[in-house]
Amino acid sequence: MTLLITVFAAVFATVKWYGQTDSRWNLAPLCFLFWGASLMWLVDAIFEYMELGADYFAPALADMVNDAYLGLSVVALALVVWLVILLVKDPQGTVRAALRKGKG
Amino acid sequence: MACFLVPAAEAAVVTIAAHSLELAEQKKAQRLTLSGNHTTLVEENPLPWSRKLKWLTYLLWGGVLLLAFEHVWHGEVTPWFPFLTAASNPADMAEMLYEMSTVGVTMAVIVTAVWGVLVACATVLLKRSDLAESAR
Repeated sequence: MTLLITVFAAVFATVKWYGQTDSRWNLAPLCFLFWGASLMWLVDAIFEYMELGADYFAPALADMVNDAYLGLSVVALALVVWLVILLVKDPQGTVRAALRKGKG
Repeated sequence: MACFLVPAAEAAVVTIAAHSLELAEQKKAQRLTLSGNHTTLVEENPLPWSRKLKWLTYLLWGGVLLLAFEHVWHGEVTPWFPFLTAASNPADMAEMLYEMSTVGVTMAVIVTAVWGVLVACATVLLKRSDLAESAR
């Protein structure tokens, strides 16, 4: 479930990155973050499948809910990391302009 | 258990390599500018190796960060010494090292292989667009 949620997040971020005409949202690091984690969890899933066989695809409900909760938490963490990178890099100059104006 | 430590070690090495390569490319660009040749490296090569290596560092650090969080979630990593719960007894330690040498190494290899494919595709796409532009 964690792998699935991360893959969906990676695909969504990549589609958004492809659709933007400029790099004002700095989406590339977010795509790499999600794809890196997806690849690593894919390897983890393959090893688990080799160990469990078909049982891997029939997890207990409690495990599935916990994994989904973990997946959503992972997406939230990745988004926070991306937001920090965006504000630090400040490609649109919004933060610098706000600091100069004394806004906020 | 601690499989993410193998890609983390690779990420550290690649980060250092990417930074030193970027510095070398900047120095080379400065030398070219000083010698009167105003074509910078960026103009010559829009996809320098430092940029390609940065993609790998993003992939590795991204994966390591999220996997480390997962390990904290499952109680396999703790904020106190010895940080890895498996390191507290020899039996778990052996299992952890086995997992690092199998799952961890495979993770690092797969991420690097996918990055290799990405770099190859980007190079081909760039060459194609250069050819299309020169044909116009």
